[in-house]
Amino acid sequence: MDKLRQLSIFSENKPGRLRKITKVLAEEGVNILAINIASSNGFGVIKFIVDKFEPAYQKLKQKGFTVSLNEVLAIELTDRPGGLFEVAALLSKKRINIENAYVLILESRKKAFLIADVKDVEKAKKLLEHENLRFYREEGPKKKKNARRVK
Amino acid sequence: MFWQKDIETISRSALEELQLKRLKQTVGLAYKNIPFYKEQFSKLNLKPNDITSLKDVPKLPFTTREDLRENYPFGMLAVPKEQVVRLHTSSGTTGKPKAIFFSKKDVDRAAELIARCLIMTGVKKDDVLQNMMTYGLFTGALVMHYGAEKVGVLVIPAGPGNTKRQIALMQDFKTTTLHLTPSYALYLAGVMNNEGLDPKDFSLRRAYMGSEPYSEETRKKIEKFFKIDVYNSYGLSEMNGPGVAFECTEKNGMHLWEDNFIMEIINPETGERMPEGEEGELVLTTLYREAMPILRYRTRDIAMIIPGKCKCGRTHRRISRIIGRTDDMIIVRGVNIFPQQIERVLMGIKAVAQNYQIVLESYDLMTIRVEISKELFDGKVEHLVNLQSEITEKLRAEILVKPKVELLEPGTLPVSEGKTTRVIDKRTL
Repeated sequence: MDKLRQLSIFSENKPGRLRKITKVLAEEGVNILAINIASSNGFGVIKFIVDKFEPAYQKLKQKGFTVSLNEVLAIELTDRPGGLFEVAALLSKKRINIENAYVLILESRKKAFLIADVKDVEKAKKLLEHENLRFYREEGPKKKKNARRVK
Repeated sequence: MFWQKDIETISRSALEELQLKRLKQTVGLAYKNIPFYKEQFSKLNLKPNDITSLKDVPKLPFTTREDLRENYPFGMLAVPKEQVVRLHTSSGTTGKPKAIFFSKKDVDRAAELIARCLIMTGVKKDDVLQNMMTYGLFTGALVMHYGAEKVGVLVIPAGPGNTKRQIALMQDFKTTTLHLTPSYALYLAGVMNNEGLDPKDFSLRRAYMGSEPYSEETRKKIEKFFKIDVYNSYGLSEMNGPGVAFECTEKNGMHLWEDNFIMEIINPETGERMPEGEEGELVLTTLYREAMPILRYRTRDIAMIIPGKCKCGRTHRRISRIIGRTDDMIIVRGVNIFPQQIERVLMGIKAVAQNYQIVLESYDLMTIRVEISKELFDGKVEHLVNLQSEITEKLRAEILVKPKVELLEPGTLPVSEGKTTRVIDKRTL
Protein backbone atom coordinates (compact mmCIF):
# COMPACT_ATOMS: atom_id res chain seq x y z
CA MET A 1 0.00 0.00 0.00
CA ASP A 2 1.22 3.44 -0.72
CA LYS A 3 1.59 4.76 2.72
CA LEU A 4 4.27 6.61 4.56
CA ARG A 5 4.31 7.39 8.22
CA GLN A 6 6.39 9.85 10.19
CA LEU A 7 7.60 9.85 13.76
CA SER A 8 6.89 13.07 15.69
CA ILE A 9 8.68 13.67 18.94
CA PHE A 10 7.84 16.43 21.41
CA SER A 11 10.87 18.11 22.84
CA GLU A 12 11.80 21.13 24.89
CA ASN A 13 13.69 23.62 22.82
CA LYS A 14 17.09 23.26 24.40
CA PRO A 15 20.48 21.81 23.46
CA GLY A 16 20.95 18.09 23.70
CA ARG A 17 17.49 16.86 22.85
CA LEU A 18 18.24 16.00 19.23
CA ARG A 19 21.40 14.27 20.36
CA LYS A 20 19.47 12.13 22.83
CA ILE A 21 16.85 11.14 20.26
CA THR A 22 19.25 10.35 17.42
CA LYS A 23 21.36 8.30 19.81
CA VAL A 24 18.40 6.06 20.54
CA LEU A 25 17.71 5.61 16.84
CA ALA A 26 21.33 4.88 16.09
CA GLU A 27 21.57 2.28 18.83
CA GLU A 28 18.47 0.62 17.48
CA GLY A 29 19.97 0.42 14.02
CA VAL A 30 17.37 2.72 12.55
CA ASN A 31 18.34 4.80 9.55
CA ILE A 32 17.00 8.33 9.30
CA LEU A 33 15.85 9.29 5.82
CA ALA A 34 14.52 12.75 6.51
CA ILE A 35 14.18 15.16 9.42
CA ASN A 36 12.15 18.28 10.08
CA ILE A 37 12.13 20.43 13.18
CA ALA A 38 9.38 22.90 13.98
CA SER A 39 9.71 24.93 17.14
CA SER A 40 7.59 27.49 18.87
CA ASN A 41 7.39 29.14 22.26
CA GLY A 42 10.04 27.10 23.96
CA PHE A 43 9.22 23.67 22.65
CA GLY A 44 9.57 21.83 19.37
CA VAL A 45 8.36 18.87 17.43
CA ILE A 46 10.96 16.84 15.61
CA LYS A 47 9.73 14.75 12.74
CA PHE A 48 11.60 11.82 11.24
CA ILE A 49 11.16 9.56 8.27
CA VAL A 50 13.04 6.38 9.04
CA ASP A 51 13.50 2.99 7.47
CA LYS A 52 12.09 0.96 10.39
CA PHE A 53 9.15 2.64 12.02
CA GLU A 54 7.93 0.07 14.50
CA PRO A 55 11.21 -0.59 16.30
CA ALA A 56 11.99 3.13 16.30
CA TYR A 57 8.60 4.05 17.76
CA GLN A 58 8.66 1.35 20.43
CA LYS A 59 12.21 2.13 21.51
CA LEU A 60 11.62 5.85 21.77
CA LYS A 61 8.48 5.26 23.80
CA GLN A 62 10.29 2.89 26.07
CA LYS A 63 13.00 5.46 26.65
CA GLY A 64 10.36 7.90 27.85
CA PHE A 65 10.04 10.14 24.84
CA THR A 66 6.71 11.70 23.93
CA VAL A 67 6.25 10.28 20.46
CA SER A 68 3.45 9.90 17.98
CA LEU A 69 3.20 8.11 14.66
CA ASN A 70 1.01 9.50 11.93
CA GLU A 71 0.56 9.09 8.23
CA VAL A 72 1.73 11.68 5.72
CA LEU A 73 1.47 12.21 2.00
CA ALA A 74 4.69 11.39 0.20
CA ILE A 75 4.57 12.58 -3.38
CA GLU A 76 7.41 12.10 -5.79
CA LEU A 77 8.85 15.25 -7.29
CA THR A 78 10.63 15.62 -10.59
CA ASP A 79 14.03 17.13 -10.14
CA ARG A 80 13.81 20.10 -12.45
CA PRO A 81 12.47 23.66 -12.30
CA GLY A 82 8.70 23.47 -11.92
CA GLY A 83 8.83 20.11 -10.18
CA LEU A 84 7.48 21.37 -6.89
CA PHE A 85 5.22 23.89 -8.60
CA GLU A 86 3.36 21.16 -10.41
CA VAL A 87 2.60 19.24 -7.25
CA ALA A 88 1.74 22.38 -5.29
CA ALA A 89 -0.63 23.49 -8.05
CA LEU A 90 -2.36 20.16 -8.02
CA LEU A 91 -2.78 20.09 -4.25
CA SER A 92 -4.12 23.62 -4.37
CA LYS A 93 -6.59 22.70 -7.10
CA LYS A 94 -7.86 19.87 -4.93
CA ARG A 95 -7.98 22.22 -1.97
CA ILE A 96 -5.66 20.05 0.01
CA ASN A 97 -3.94 22.22 2.58
CA ILE A 98 -0.36 21.47 3.51
CA GLU A 99 0.19 22.03 7.22
CA ASN A 100 3.79 21.08 7.32
CA ALA A 101 6.21 19.91 4.62
CA TYR A 102 9.76 18.83 4.02
CA VAL A 103 11.63 16.75 1.47
CA LEU A 104 12.91 13.21 1.39
CA ILE A 105 15.72 12.64 -1.07
CA LEU A 106 16.33 9.04 -1.97
CA GLU A 107 18.74 9.09 -4.81
CA SER A 108 20.56 12.35 -4.95
CA ARG A 109 19.54 14.40 -7.98
CA LYS A 110 17.48 11.47 -9.10
CA LYS A 111 14.59 11.16 -6.75
CA ALA A 112 13.04 13.46 -4.19
CA PHE A 113 9.71 13.32 -2.39
CA LEU A 114 7.61 16.06 -0.93
CA ILE A 115 6.58 14.98 2.58
CA ALA A 116 3.43 16.80 3.51
CA ASP A 117 1.37 16.85 6.68
CA VAL A 118 -2.25 17.36 5.76
CA LYS A 119 -5.37 17.40 7.87
CA ASP A 120 -6.98 14.30 6.34
CA VAL A 121 -4.53 11.98 4.62
CA GLU A 122 -7.13 9.48 3.42
CA LYS A 123 -9.23 12.16 1.87
CA ALA A 124 -6.18 13.70 0.24
CA LYS A 125 -5.10 10.39 -1.24
CA LYS A 126 -8.57 9.86 -2.65
CA LEU A 127 -8.56 13.28 -4.20
CA LEU A 128 -5.21 12.57 -5.84
CA GLU A 129 -6.10 9.07 -6.99
CA HIS A 130 -6.41 9.75 -10.65
CA GLU A 131 -3.67 12.26 -10.94
CA ASN A 132 -0.40 11.50 -12.54
CA LEU A 133 1.61 11.22 -9.33
CA ARG A 134 4.08 8.77 -7.85
CA PHE A 135 4.09 8.17 -4.14
CA TYR A 136 6.66 6.84 -1.77
CA ARG A 137 5.83 3.65 -0.02
CA GLU A 138 7.45 2.26 3.08
CA GLU A 139 8.29 -1.03 1.48
CA GLY A 140 10.57 0.84 -0.86
CA PRO A 141 9.92 2.68 -4.10
CA LYS A 142 8.56 0.64 -6.96
CA LYS A 143 11.13 0.28 -9.72
CA LYS A 144 9.09 1.13 -12.81
CA LYS A 145 10.26 2.71 -15.96
CA ASN A 146 6.96 4.41 -16.79
CA ALA A 147 4.76 6.65 -14.73
CA ARG A 148 2.08 4.54 -13.20
CA ARG A 149 -1.33 5.28 -11.86
CA VAL A 150 -1.55 5.52 -8.12
CA LYS A 151 -3.86 3.43 -5.98
CA MET B 1 2.98 64.84 62.91
CA PHE B 2 -0.23 63.17 63.95
CA TRP B 3 -3.53 62.87 62.13
CA GLN B 4 -5.44 62.04 65.29
CA LYS B 5 -2.98 62.74 68.09
CA ASP B 6 -5.28 61.97 71.00
CA ILE B 7 -6.15 58.50 69.85
CA GLU B 8 -2.69 57.74 68.49
CA THR B 9 -1.06 58.54 71.83
CA ILE B 10 -3.88 57.39 74.08
CA SER B 11 -2.82 55.70 77.31
CA ARG B 12 -2.83 51.92 77.34
CA SER B 13 -5.50 51.74 79.98
CA ALA B 14 -7.81 54.10 78.09
CA LEU B 15 -7.09 52.17 74.90
CA GLU B 16 -8.01 48.89 76.52
CA GLU B 17 -11.19 50.38 77.91
CA LEU B 18 -12.09 51.55 74.43
CA GLN B 19 -11.24 48.17 72.96
CA LEU B 20 -13.48 46.39 75.41
CA LYS B 21 -16.37 48.75 74.75
CA ARG B 22 -16.03 48.32 71.00
CA LEU B 23 -15.51 44.58 71.31
CA LYS B 24 -18.76 44.14 73.19
CA GLN B 25 -20.59 46.14 70.55
CA THR B 26 -18.97 44.17 67.73
CA VAL B 27 -19.67 40.82 69.32
CA GLY B 28 -23.29 41.82 69.91
CA LEU B 29 -23.67 42.95 66.30
CA ALA B 30 -22.09 39.80 64.92
CA TYR B 31 -24.17 37.52 67.11
CA LYS B 32 -27.41 39.28 66.31
CA ASN B 33 -27.01 39.76 62.58
CA ILE B 34 -24.66 37.10 61.24
CA PRO B 35 -26.14 33.58 61.40
CA PHE B 36 -22.68 32.09 60.96
CA TYR B 37 -21.49 33.67 64.21
CA LYS B 38 -24.69 32.82 66.06
CA GLU B 39 -24.10 29.20 65.11
CA GLN B 40 -20.46 29.32 66.14
CA PHE B 41 -21.41 30.81 69.49
CA SER B 42 -24.06 28.22 70.24
CA LYS B 43 -21.59 25.45 69.36
CA LEU B 44 -19.36 26.87 72.10
CA ASN B 45 -22.25 27.53 74.45
CA LEU B 46 -21.24 31.15 74.33
CA LYS B 47 -23.34 34.32 74.60
CA PRO B 48 -22.29 37.92 73.90
CA ASN B 49 -22.74 38.72 77.58
CA ASP B 50 -19.97 36.28 78.43
CA ILE B 51 -17.48 38.78 77.07
CA THR B 52 -16.79 41.00 80.06
CA SER B 53 -13.09 41.69 79.75
CA LEU B 54 -10.35 41.58 77.14
CA LYS B 55 -9.21 38.36 78.78
CA ASP B 56 -12.35 36.75 77.34
CA VAL B 57 -11.23 37.22 73.73
CA PRO B 58 -9.81 33.69 73.53
CA LYS B 59 -13.32 32.43 74.29
CA LEU B 60 -14.49 33.74 70.93
CA PRO B 61 -14.42 31.43 67.92
CA PHE B 62 -11.82 31.92 65.21
CA THR B 63 -12.85 32.91 61.72
CA THR B 64 -10.95 31.35 58.83
CA ARG B 65 -10.85 32.06 55.12
CA GLU B 66 -12.81 28.85 54.61
CA ASP B 67 -15.59 30.38 56.70
CA LEU B 68 -15.62 33.42 54.44
CA ARG B 69 -15.61 31.22 51.38
CA GLU B 70 -18.42 29.04 52.62
CA ASN B 71 -20.54 32.07 53.37
CA TYR B 72 -19.90 33.69 50.03
CA PRO B 73 -21.38 35.94 48.86
CA PHE B 74 -23.57 37.60 51.47
CA GLY B 75 -23.41 35.26 54.45
CA MET B 76 -21.07 37.40 56.54
CA LEU B 77 -22.98 40.66 56.14
CA ALA B 78 -24.23 42.27 59.33
CA VAL B 79 -26.29 44.99 57.70
CA PRO B 80 -28.94 45.07 54.97
CA LYS B 81 -27.52 45.12 51.47
CA GLU B 82 -28.85 48.63 50.87
CA GLN B 83 -26.38 49.95 53.43
CA VAL B 84 -23.39 48.51 51.63
CA VAL B 85 -21.56 50.79 49.23
CA ARG B 86 -18.34 48.97 48.39
CA LEU B 87 -17.35 45.44 47.58
CA HIS B 88 -13.80 44.17 47.48
CA THR B 89 -12.78 40.61 46.81
CA SER B 90 -9.70 38.62 47.54
CA SER B 91 -8.54 35.35 46.01
CA GLY B 92 -9.47 32.11 47.64
CA THR B 93 -7.93 28.71 47.13
CA THR B 94 -11.00 27.45 45.32
CA GLY B 95 -13.00 29.05 42.54
CA LYS B 96 -14.81 31.49 44.76
CA PRO B 97 -13.04 34.55 46.15
CA LYS B 98 -13.75 36.13 49.53
CA ALA B 99 -16.19 39.02 49.53
CA ILE B 100 -15.64 41.96 51.85
CA PHE B 101 -18.33 44.59 52.18
CA PHE B 102 -18.03 48.18 53.32
CA SER B 103 -20.68 50.60 54.50
CA LYS B 104 -20.12 54.31 53.95
CA LYS B 105 -18.77 54.59 57.47
CA ASP B 106 -16.45 51.63 56.90
CA VAL B 107 -15.04 53.25 53.76
CA ASP B 108 -14.47 56.47 55.59
CA ARG B 109 -12.86 54.79 58.56
CA ALA B 110 -10.49 52.85 56.35
CA ALA B 111 -9.52 56.18 54.81
CA GLU B 112 -8.94 57.66 58.28
CA LEU B 113 -6.51 54.90 59.14
CA ILE B 114 -4.61 55.55 55.92
CA ALA B 115 -4.58 59.24 56.73
CA ARG B 116 -2.90 58.44 60.06
CA CYS B 117 -0.26 56.45 58.19
CA LEU B 118 0.45 59.18 55.67
CA ILE B 119 0.74 61.98 58.22
CA MET B 120 2.83 59.68 60.42
CA THR B 121 5.39 59.43 57.63
CA GLY B 122 5.61 63.13 56.95
CA VAL B 123 3.05 63.60 54.18
CA LYS B 124 1.62 67.08 53.70
CA LYS B 125 -1.10 68.53 51.49
CA ASP B 126 1.41 69.51 48.83
CA ASP B 127 2.64 65.97 48.38
CA VAL B 128 1.89 64.02 45.21
CA LEU B 129 1.14 60.34 45.60
CA GLN B 130 1.49 57.98 42.66
CA ASN B 131 -0.61 54.93 43.38
CA MET B 132 0.95 51.99 41.53
CA MET B 133 -1.17 49.28 43.11
CA THR B 134 -3.88 47.51 41.15
CA TYR B 135 -7.24 49.22 41.08
CA GLY B 136 -10.37 47.14 40.70
CA LEU B 137 -11.60 44.50 43.10
CA PHE B 138 -8.39 44.59 45.12
CA THR B 139 -8.19 46.83 48.16
CA GLY B 140 -4.57 47.85 47.65
CA ALA B 141 -5.12 50.85 45.41
CA LEU B 142 -8.57 52.17 46.26
CA VAL B 143 -8.17 52.19 50.02
CA MET B 144 -4.89 54.10 49.80
CA HIS B 145 -6.52 56.39 47.25
CA TYR B 146 -9.37 57.43 49.52
CA GLY B 147 -7.02 57.93 52.47
CA ALA B 148 -4.66 60.07 50.44
CA GLU B 149 -7.53 62.19 49.13
CA LYS B 150 -8.70 62.67 52.68
CA VAL B 151 -5.34 64.11 53.63
CA GLY B 152 -5.53 66.33 50.59
CA VAL B 153 -2.55 65.17 48.55
CA LEU B 154 -2.68 64.97 44.79
CA VAL B 155 -3.37 61.34 43.94
CA ILE B 156 -2.23 59.95 40.62
CA PRO B 157 -4.23 56.73 40.06
CA ALA B 158 -1.54 55.20 37.86
CA GLY B 159 -2.19 51.54 38.65
CA PRO B 160 0.58 49.01 38.03
CA GLY B 161 2.88 48.40 35.09
CA ASN B 162 3.48 50.49 31.99
CA THR B 163 6.78 51.62 33.39
CA LYS B 164 7.61 54.19 30.73
CA ARG B 165 4.43 55.98 31.56
CA GLN B 166 5.03 55.70 35.31
CA ILE B 167 8.37 57.43 34.86
CA ALA B 168 6.83 60.15 32.71
CA LEU B 169 4.14 60.75 35.34
CA MET B 170 6.74 60.97 38.09
CA GLN B 171 8.69 63.55 36.10
CA ASP B 172 5.79 65.60 34.81
CA PHE B 173 3.80 65.78 38.01
CA LYS B 174 6.73 65.81 40.45
CA THR B 175 5.57 62.76 42.37
CA THR B 176 6.85 62.76 45.94
CA THR B 177 5.33 59.58 47.28
CA LEU B 178 5.04 56.13 45.75
CA HIS B 179 2.72 53.30 46.74
CA LEU B 180 3.87 50.03 45.20
CA THR B 181 4.91 46.44 45.76
CA PRO B 182 8.54 45.71 46.60
CA SER B 183 8.95 43.58 43.49
CA TYR B 184 7.76 46.45 41.33
CA ALA B 185 10.02 48.85 43.17
CA LEU B 186 13.00 46.66 42.28
CA TYR B 187 11.83 46.42 38.70
CA LEU B 188 11.30 50.16 38.42
CA ALA B 189 14.75 50.80 39.85
CA GLY B 190 16.19 48.43 37.27
CA VAL B 191 14.47 50.17 34.39
CA MET B 192 15.44 53.64 35.56
CA ASN B 193 19.00 52.49 36.04
CA ASN B 194 19.15 51.04 32.53
CA GLU B 195 17.73 54.24 31.05
CA GLY B 196 20.41 56.21 32.85
CA LEU B 197 17.85 58.15 34.86
CA ASP B 198 19.06 59.72 38.09
CA PRO B 199 16.54 59.69 40.93
CA LYS B 200 18.03 63.01 42.03
CA ASP B 201 16.32 64.58 39.04
CA PHE B 202 12.97 63.43 40.39
CA SER B 203 11.00 64.81 43.32
CA LEU B 204 10.64 61.56 45.24
CA ARG B 205 10.71 61.66 49.02
CA ARG B 206 9.21 58.41 50.17
CA ALA B 207 7.68 55.10 49.15
CA TYR B 208 5.20 52.80 50.84
CA MET B 209 5.87 49.19 50.07
CA GLY B 210 3.46 46.46 50.92
CA SER B 211 1.37 43.58 49.68
CA GLU B 212 4.38 41.28 49.51
CA PRO B 213 6.78 40.25 52.24
CA TYR B 214 10.30 41.57 51.73
CA SER B 215 13.56 41.86 53.62
CA GLU B 216 15.39 44.73 55.27
CA GLU B 217 18.07 44.41 52.57
CA THR B 218 15.51 45.06 49.88
CA ARG B 219 14.23 48.11 51.71
CA LYS B 220 17.75 49.49 51.99
CA LYS B 221 18.38 48.76 48.31
CA ILE B 222 15.34 50.74 47.26
CA GLU B 223 16.15 53.58 49.65
CA LYS B 224 19.67 53.76 48.36
CA PHE B 225 18.73 53.82 44.69
CA PHE B 226 15.82 56.24 44.89
CA LYS B 227 17.34 58.34 47.69
CA ILE B 228 14.07 58.17 49.64
CA ASP B 229 12.60 56.74 52.82
CA VAL B 230 10.78 53.47 52.38
CA TYR B 231 8.05 52.55 54.83
CA ASN B 232 6.63 49.11 55.32
CA SER B 233 2.86 48.78 55.03
CA TYR B 234 0.72 45.86 56.18
CA GLY B 235 -2.86 45.06 55.47
CA LEU B 236 -5.23 42.43 54.15
CA SER B 237 -8.52 42.75 52.29
CA GLU B 238 -10.44 41.11 55.08
CA MET B 239 -9.30 43.93 57.38
CA ASN B 240 -10.03 46.76 54.89
CA GLY B 241 -6.79 46.44 52.98
CA PRO B 242 -3.73 48.63 53.57
CA GLY B 243 -3.72 50.70 56.71
CA VAL B 244 -3.89 47.94 59.29
CA ALA B 245 -0.30 48.49 60.34
CA PHE B 246 2.32 50.95 59.13
CA GLU B 247 5.83 52.09 59.98
CA CYS B 248 6.44 55.48 61.54
CA THR B 249 9.57 57.53 60.93
CA GLU B 250 11.47 55.31 63.36
CA LYS B 251 11.15 52.49 60.83
CA ASN B 252 11.29 49.93 63.56
CA GLY B 253 8.14 47.87 63.34
CA MET B 254 4.68 48.74 62.08
CA HIS B 255 2.16 50.39 64.42
CA LEU B 256 -1.04 48.37 64.28
CA TRP B 257 -4.07 50.55 64.99
CA GLU B 258 -5.26 48.89 68.15
CA ASP B 259 -8.33 51.06 68.54
CA ASN B 260 -9.59 49.49 65.31
CA PHE B 261 -8.29 45.95 65.69
CA ILE B 262 -7.62 43.62 68.54
CA MET B 263 -4.47 41.76 67.66
CA GLU B 264 -3.30 38.43 68.94
CA ILE B 265 -0.34 36.25 68.08
CA ILE B 266 -1.18 32.59 68.35
CA ASN B 267 0.48 29.25 67.89
CA PRO B 268 -1.07 28.15 64.59
CA GLU B 269 -1.21 24.50 65.68
CA THR B 270 -2.66 24.86 69.16
CA GLY B 271 -4.41 28.25 69.02
CA GLU B 272 -2.62 29.30 72.23
CA ARG B 273 -1.69 32.94 72.63
CA MET B 274 1.97 33.79 72.30
CA PRO B 275 3.60 36.48 74.43
CA GLU B 276 5.06 39.66 73.00
CA GLY B 277 8.34 39.10 71.24
CA GLU B 278 7.46 35.61 70.05
CA GLU B 279 6.48 34.62 66.52
CA GLY B 280 3.13 33.20 65.67
CA GLU B 281 0.10 33.66 63.48
CA LEU B 282 -1.48 37.11 63.55
CA VAL B 283 -5.17 37.04 64.46
CA LEU B 284 -7.28 40.18 64.09
CA THR B 285 -10.71 41.24 65.35
CA THR B 286 -12.41 44.31 63.87
CA LEU B 287 -13.74 46.86 66.33
CA TYR B 288 -15.49 49.44 64.17
CA ARG B 289 -16.48 47.61 61.02
CA GLU B 290 -20.25 47.66 60.73
CA ALA B 291 -21.07 46.03 57.39
CA MET B 292 -18.90 43.01 57.97
CA PRO B 293 -17.39 42.69 61.42
CA ILE B 294 -15.00 39.76 61.74
CA LEU B 295 -13.98 38.05 64.96
CA ARG B 296 -10.53 36.56 65.50
CA TYR B 297 -9.59 36.24 61.84
CA ARG B 298 -6.75 33.85 61.13
CA THR B 299 -4.60 35.92 58.79
CA ARG B 300 -2.10 33.10 58.20
CA ASP B 301 0.63 35.72 58.37
CA ILE B 302 3.44 35.00 60.79
CA ALA B 303 4.79 37.92 62.79
CA MET B 304 5.49 39.03 66.33
CA ILE B 305 4.46 41.92 68.53
CA ILE B 306 7.46 44.11 69.27
CA PRO B 307 7.58 44.77 72.98
CA GLY B 308 8.35 48.19 74.37
CA LYS B 309 7.52 51.80 73.56
CA CYS B 310 8.20 53.50 70.27
CA LYS B 311 10.13 56.77 70.26
CA CYS B 312 7.44 58.41 68.13
CA GLY B 313 5.11 58.43 71.13
CA ARG B 314 2.36 56.33 69.65
CA THR B 315 0.96 53.81 72.08
CA HIS B 316 -0.43 51.40 69.48
CA ARG B 317 1.97 48.48 69.55
CA ARG B 318 4.13 47.51 66.65
CA ILE B 319 4.33 44.24 64.75
CA SER B 320 7.45 43.01 63.02
CA ARG B 321 7.79 42.38 59.31
CA ILE B 322 5.73 39.47 58.14
CA ILE B 323 8.08 36.57 58.55
CA GLY B 324 6.17 34.00 56.52
CA ARG B 325 2.83 32.33 55.93
CA THR B 326 1.22 29.29 57.47
CA ASP B 327 -0.08 28.26 54.07
CA ASP B 328 1.38 28.19 50.57
CA MET B 329 -0.06 31.41 49.24
CA ILE B 330 2.24 33.43 47.02
CA ILE B 331 1.96 37.03 45.99
CA VAL B 332 2.70 38.18 42.47
CA ARG B 333 2.40 41.85 41.51
CA GLY B 334 0.47 42.34 44.73
CA VAL B 335 -2.08 39.69 43.82
CA ASN B 336 -2.64 36.70 46.13
CA ILE B 337 -2.32 33.41 44.36
CA PHE B 338 -2.71 29.92 45.72
CA PRO B 339 -0.99 27.02 43.98
CA GLN B 340 -4.29 25.16 44.43
CA GLN B 341 -5.91 27.56 41.98
CA ILE B 342 -3.35 26.68 39.35
CA GLU B 343 -3.70 23.02 40.10
CA ARG B 344 -7.43 23.19 39.63
CA VAL B 345 -7.17 24.88 36.25
CA LEU B 346 -4.62 22.32 35.04
CA MET B 347 -6.76 19.43 36.24
CA GLY B 348 -9.49 20.60 33.89
CA ILE B 349 -7.24 20.46 30.83
CA LYS B 350 -6.95 16.97 29.40
CA ALA B 351 -3.72 17.38 27.51
CA VAL B 352 -1.64 18.14 30.57
CA ALA B 353 -0.46 15.89 33.33
CA GLN B 354 -0.74 17.05 36.93
CA ASN B 355 2.87 17.85 37.43
CA TYR B 356 3.62 21.55 37.34
CA GLN B 357 5.94 24.11 38.81
CA ILE B 358 5.59 27.81 39.48
CA VAL B 359 8.68 29.91 38.91
CA LEU B 360 8.62 33.51 40.06
CA GLU B 361 11.37 34.92 37.93
CA SER B 362 10.98 38.62 38.47
CA TYR B 363 8.38 41.29 39.14
CA ASP B 364 7.05 40.88 35.67
CA LEU B 365 7.32 37.24 35.09
CA MET B 366 5.65 34.21 36.54
CA THR B 367 6.26 31.03 34.61
CA ILE B 368 4.10 27.97 34.98
CA ARG B 369 5.94 24.90 33.79
CA VAL B 370 3.60 22.07 32.86
CA GLU B 371 4.26 18.54 31.70
CA ILE B 372 2.17 17.52 28.71
CA SER B 373 0.34 14.24 28.52
CA LYS B 374 2.17 11.63 26.43
CA GLU B 375 -0.99 9.98 25.24
CA LEU B 376 -2.52 13.12 23.83
CA PHE B 377 0.48 14.25 21.80
CA ASP B 378 -0.44 13.98 18.14
CA GLY B 379 2.65 15.41 16.51
CA LYS B 380 1.17 18.74 15.53
CA VAL B 381 2.92 21.92 16.57
CA GLU B 382 -0.24 24.00 16.12
CA HIS B 383 -2.09 21.88 18.62
CA LEU B 384 0.66 22.42 21.14
CA VAL B 385 0.66 26.14 20.52
CA ASN B 386 -3.11 26.16 20.97
CA LEU B 387 -2.73 24.17 24.14
CA GLN B 388 -0.22 26.67 25.43
CA SER B 389 -2.62 29.54 24.69
CA GLU B 390 -5.49 27.69 26.29
CA ILE B 391 -3.54 27.09 29.48
CA THR B 392 -2.33 30.70 29.58
CA GLU B 393 -5.81 32.10 29.13
CA LYS B 394 -7.48 29.80 31.63
CA LEU B 395 -4.82 30.50 34.23
CA ARG B 396 -5.02 34.22 33.66
CA ALA B 397 -8.77 34.15 34.12
CA GLU B 398 -8.37 32.31 37.41
CA ILE B 399 -5.40 33.95 39.05
CA LEU B 400 -5.75 37.39 37.43
CA VAL B 401 -2.11 37.58 36.47
CA LYS B 402 -0.98 36.49 32.99
CA PRO B 403 1.72 33.84 33.30
CA LYS B 404 4.19 32.52 30.77
CA VAL B 405 3.47 28.86 30.14
CA GLU B 406 6.23 26.39 29.37
CA LEU B 407 5.32 22.97 28.02
CA LEU B 408 7.59 20.23 29.26
CA GLU B 409 8.26 16.63 28.44
CA PRO B 410 6.74 14.28 30.98
CA GLY B 411 9.21 13.36 33.68
CA THR B 412 11.09 16.65 33.58
CA LEU B 413 9.87 17.91 36.92
CA PRO B 414 10.61 16.29 40.25
CA VAL B 415 7.60 14.54 41.68
CA SER B 416 6.34 16.97 44.28
CA GLU B 417 5.71 15.87 47.80
CA GLY B 418 4.85 19.12 49.46
CA LYS B 419 4.29 22.78 48.82
CA THR B 420 7.90 23.87 48.77
CA THR B 421 8.90 22.14 45.58
CA ARG B 422 6.03 23.59 43.62
CA VAL B 423 7.11 27.19 43.89
CA ILE B 424 10.52 28.52 43.01
CA ASP B 425 10.87 32.16 43.99
CA LYS B 426 13.84 33.79 42.31
CA ARG B 427 12.83 37.32 43.15
CA THR B 428 15.09 37.75 46.18
CA LEU B 429 12.86 40.14 47.98
